[in-house]
Amino acid sequence: MSDATSEAAESPKPKSAPPKAEHGHDDGHGNGHDHGHGHDDHDPIHAANPHLAHHFDTPQQQFDAGKLGIWLFLLTEVLFFAGLFCAYTVYRSYRPEVFVYAHYFLNTKLGALNTCVLLLSSLTAAWSVRNAQLRQHGLLKLNIIITIACACTFMVVKYFEYAHKFHDGLLPGPHFAPTEQVWELESFKHKHPEAAEYAEHLIKSAEKKKAASEKPAAVPPAAATGVVAGSGTAAPPAGGAEAQAEATATVAKEGAHAEEIHGRPTEEQLEPLIAAGVIGPKAETRDVPSKPRNAHVFFSIYFFMTGLHGLHVLIGIGVWIWLLLKANKNVFGPNYFGPIDYAALYWHLVDLIWIYLFPLLYLIH
Amino acid sequence: MSEHAHDHAHGAEGHGDGHDDHGLAHTTPVSLLVGILAVLLVLTVLTVTVTSFDLGAEGNLVVAMIIATIKAALVVTFFMHLFWDKKFHLILFLTSVLFVILFLSMTITDRGEYDRDVEAFRAAQAQANAK
Repeated sequence: MSDATSEAAESPKPKSAPPKAEHGHDDGHGNGHDHGHGHDDHDPIHAANPHLAHHFDTPQQQFDAGKLGIWLFLLTEVLFFAGLFCAYTVYRSYRPEVFVYAHYFLNTKLGALNTCVLLLSSLTAAWSVRNAQLRQHGLLKLNIIITIACACTFMVVKYFEYAHKFHDGLLPGPHFAPTEQVWELESFKHKHPEAAEYAEHLIKSAEKKKAASEKPAAVPPAAATGVVAGSGTAAPPAGGAEAQAEATATVAKEGAHAEEIHGRPTEEQLEPLIAAGVIGPKAETRDVPSKPRNAHVFFSIYFFMTGLHGLHVLIGIGVWIWLLLKANKNVFGPNYFGPIDYAALYWHLVDLIWIYLFPLLYLIH
Repeated sequence: MSEHAHDHAHGAEGHGDGHDDHGLAHTTPVSLLVGILAVLLVLTVLTVTVTSFDLGAEGNLVVAMIIATIKAALVVTFFMHLFWDKKFHLILFLTSVLFVILFLSMTITDRGEYDRDVEAFRAAQAQANAK
């Protein structure tokens, strides 16, 4: 083995360029034509490198060709994902409130955990390339196993995130029917306790208002209480829905009328709700706190981006399992570690995509 | 920083020696790999922490993107070996980044172009509704 190692290690050196030019080239062609029959007999380079394909002259040529190939593939991957990033950018610039609203539904801790898991797997992937280069068979297998374990952890966490969203009706397109209002979420309450309380208060006031307006005689008292959310009815009835909505928005902002409990709404009460499109001109309904219009588009983008990324992780798991089986036969060494290197490059790109996805989807301010 | 300088020196060395020692490509030292992971994890904590500070309407997004780009650059440069690799691979990668930037910036520029038409359409609709 040590003989084979030293031979194998020496043959691809740049110094060995002359032999490559002399017989490597000629023999290579010859082997190519007779389909490698008996090339072990006349070609020392191929004889010393059982994993050197017959259409390559040297391990270096084989490695460089593969490396160029994987880089070209990664380019197409970058451009492929760019389409989704473009959709994200356009929609976020159009409707920032939808992103503020939706990010409260995402679990930042799970997202951060997945980021760390992927980063760790990137280390073990990069390390496994070194292991393959240095014939560290045991470490190579260990690092591949850790990479696979991290990838599986990522998918399990993703599964729980998806299951939670399916359960809460956070689905893309026409299936979007959230079971919880944004201000009822812990993530919202924790960040903006005053606003969450105020939204609850607006809902209660609107209910009271509605109950009062059902009794025709009760209209004056309702107007007198000056409930903010319902004060649109104080506008002339001829104004129609549009005018009423506009009035609600302005009144909510100005807080002109006295409030039984809260008095004039403060910045802390209003700003988070307006930013998330719960009240104000971007909201779905203007008389009661609700959700921004077209909030479902965020979840289309979310599921497409994380879904496509997750598919890449799954494919990566498959590739790493295949490489683990190969590594189990101790085939990798200084002249043959291309497959590990290419898989690691692919794996780093998957990590790279997540490095951008994490702040864009989970860390919206 | 000093650790980085050391690693760089090693990298430069590796360019000459690495090829001879390990055949086909540079071998990245374990200390450098672990150091990069540590920096990446610190940056992850930083980007989560910075979210709780209000840096203005676009400030948080800009900071998050700068941190993500630093992380991406570290991964591409060291984990993906571009620091020692053929410069052609670097050019290939930067070309794809250039086209992504073109793609995004041109779409964003174009998206703003229709704002006036959209506003006019909405105003017309609102007027029609009011009648």
